Amino acid sequence: MSVDHGDITDRLVETSEWTDQDLLAHGIPINDVPFVSIGGGVGSFAMVDLLRIAGVGVSRIRVISDLDTPSQTYEYLASNSQIRPDHRLRSDSGSVIDCPWGWPGYALRESWASKRPGAAAQVLTEPLLADWYTPTAGQVYASLHRESQRISWPSVLWPGVARHVRKRIGGGYFVLFTPPDGAAETKRIAVRCRFVHLAVGYPGVRFLDDLQRYRATHGDFQRVVNAYEPHDHVYAEMRQRPCTVLVRGAGIVASRVLQRLIDDREQHGAQTTIVHLFRNYPTGPQGDKATFRRPATKGWVYQGFNFPKAAWGGQLRDRLEGLEGRERAALLDQLGGTNTAPRRYWRDQLERGGARGFYRQARGVVQHVAPVEVGRQIRTTLTNPDGSTGQLDADFIIDATGLEANIEEHRVLNDLLTHAGAGRNPKGRLDVERDFRVRGCDNGDGAMFASGSATLGGYYAGVDSFLGLQYASLRIHDALAAAGFGTRIGVRRSVSQWVKWARNVAP
Amino acid sequence: MTPTLAGRIQTRLALLGTVGVVWTAIIGLVLGRPYRALFTALLIVAVVGIAWEVLYHAVQQFRWEKDWPTLLGLVVAVPEGIATWLLLKAGIPWDVGEVPAGTFLTMFVTVWLLVWAIANGPLQIVALRWRYRGGRFLGGW
Repeated sequence: MSVDHGDITDRLVETSEWTDQDLLAHGIPINDVPFVSIGGGVGSFAMVDLLRIAGVGVSRIRVISDLDTPSQTYEYLASNSQIRPDHRLRSDSGSVIDCPWGWPGYALRESWASKRPGAAAQVLTEPLLADWYTPTAGQVYASLHRESQRISWPSVLWPGVARHVRKRIGGGYFVLFTPPDGAAETKRIAVRCRFVHLAVGYPGVRFLDDLQRYRATHGDFQRVVNAYEPHDHVYAEMRQRPCTVLVRGAGIVASRVLQRLIDDREQHGAQTTIVHLFRNYPTGPQGDKATFRRPATKGWVYQGFNFPKAAWGGQLRDRLEGLEGRERAALLDQLGGTNTAPRRYWRDQLERGGARGFYRQARGVVQHVAPVEVGRQIRTTLTNPDGSTGQLDADFIIDATGLEANIEEHRVLNDLLTHAGAGRNPKGRLDVERDFRVRGCDNGDGAMFASGSATLGGYYAGVDSFLGLQYASLRIHDALAAAGFGTRIGVRRSVSQWVKWARNVAP
Repeated sequence: MTPTLAGRIQTRLALLGTVGVVWTAIIGLVLGRPYRALFTALLIVAVVGIAWEVLYHAVQQFRWEKDWPTLLGLVVAVPEGIATWLLLKAGIPWDVGEVPAGTFLTMFVTVWLLVWAIANGPLQIVALRWRYRGGRFLGGW
C-alpha cells in the first residue's frame, strides 16, 4: 500500500493506540512538548495564562489552533449576536479573564480609566439597588490582548487544525494536526506529549429543527437566520422598509436581539413589528420553596448570569460536586435552562413595545415553517397552548435559541469517544472528573483534561464562562502540579506574580 | 461574594485575626491606647460574629443566587456594631471600664471597612482559590 509522505491512512485512523513507529512509518514528524492545549480560544488562553503564572516556560507548552488571537471566535459570535465592542457582556465584574486573581475587577478598572465613579458605584450596589454590573466587550478584548502579549501567547501557538488525539503505547499521547497549506513539509505533524488539554468550544451553531428543515428545503439563508451567524442584512433591510420579524428564544441572545430591533425602531426610524414566540411561557416565579425560587414573569426567567452566582464558587458549587448522574443533570437544569438578565433598559423597552403595539408575544409549539403562497413572507404554523392551530407570518425569522451542538459533531471529540476511551456525562457531553480530567483517558503517567462547553453536565455548572474557564484552569493546574508539572501556586508565588501582572511584565 | 457558612466563619476569623489585630493596634495609638477595650471589642466581633454568620447564611438561603451582595457586607455593620457596643458596655465578656462611644466607633468602623474592602478583592491576591471555595481557606477544594 502506498502512503502519501507525512499523511495518515485509514489503517492508522482505525488503530486506536499508536506507537512512535506507526507515525514514523507514515513519514509524520514527531515533536516533543509536555503540554498541548487544543482549541486556542479563551479556554486555552485561561489554561496557558495560569501555567505561565505557575512558572511553566513557553518551550513546555504548545497551543494548536487555527485562530490568530484567543478572543477571535468569541468576538465573532458576540458580534453576530449584536454585542459590539462598546456593548456590555453578561459577565461579572470579578470574572476577569486576563487576571486569575479577579482583582481589580472590570468595574474598578472602568472607573479608574474613565475617572468616573459610576461603574464602581454600580458594582457596590448590585444587584440590590442597581442592575448587575457587566463589562463592555471592548474592555474585555483589550485586556485579554494585553495579557496574551505578556505571557508570550504567540510563542506557544502552533497554527493548525487538530485532527486526532490518541493514546501512545508506552504512555502519554499523540496529538496529530494539520498545519496550514505550505507551512510544513508534511501534510500532518504529530506532537508527543504527556498532557493534553481540550478547549475546543462549540462544535457549531444549533438550529431549531423546523428552521433547519426550512432552510434545507427552500435554500433560504437570508430570511431565516441564526442570531450567532452574521445577519446584519436583516437589520439593514428592516431600516429600509416596514417589516415583521419573528424572534424565537427567551435567553440572553433573544434579549440582545430584541434590544437591537427596538433601538433601530426608536433611534433610527425603523417601522419593525416584532412577534416574539415562546415555547415555554412562565408567568410566575419558578421553584417550589422560598429558598429555591427564581423570578420569572411574562415568559422570561431572570437571573444575573447563566447560572446562579454561587454555582461558580459557593454553596451551589459544593452541592453540585456532591451529586452524580441524573440528580446532577436535574439540578443543572433547574439552575440553568433558558434565562436572561434582569436589565431595566430591556424591561422598559418591552413595556413600551407592548403598549405601542410593535412588540407582541406569542406562545406555541411550531409544527412547520414554509413560504407563504403569495408574497415574500414566511409562515410559521404552530400549535397554540389551547391545542388549536395558529399561523404567524413574518418577513424574517431570527433563531435566538442557542449555540449548543452535540459533541460528536466535533471531529476531535468524536475521535476521543470512539478511540480513546472517553465517555459521556449525564447531559451527553464529555465526562470529566472534578478536576476536569477526562475520564477513561489516563495513559501511563499522562492525563487528558478538558474545559469549556464540552464539559457541561459535569460537577461544575458555569464551565462556559470566563470564571468557569479560570476555575477549570486552576483545578487542572493543581492536578498537573501534583503530577510534577509546574509548581503549585501558593501564597508567595501568587502575590509575586500578581505584582508582575499589575506591572505588565512577563511572568 | 458567594460564601458558604464555613467560608464565612473562616474568612471572618482569618481577617479579624490578622488585619483586624494589626489595624486595632495601629488605631489604638491614635485613640490613646485603650487596648483592653479595643481588643475586647475585636474579640466580640469575632466570636459573636460566628452567630451572626449563621444568621446571614440563613438569610442567604432566601436569595436565588445564594450570594451575599457587596452592599450587604457593609449594611450588616450597623446591627453588629450596636450589638458589640451593648455587650462591651454590659461588661461581657469582662469589664473594660469606661469607653467613649467615639473611640469604639472609630475603631469599629475602620476595622470593618478595612476587612470588608480586603475581602472584596485584594484577598484573592494572597488566596487564589478562596473565592471558588466559598471563602474557605481550609478543607481542600
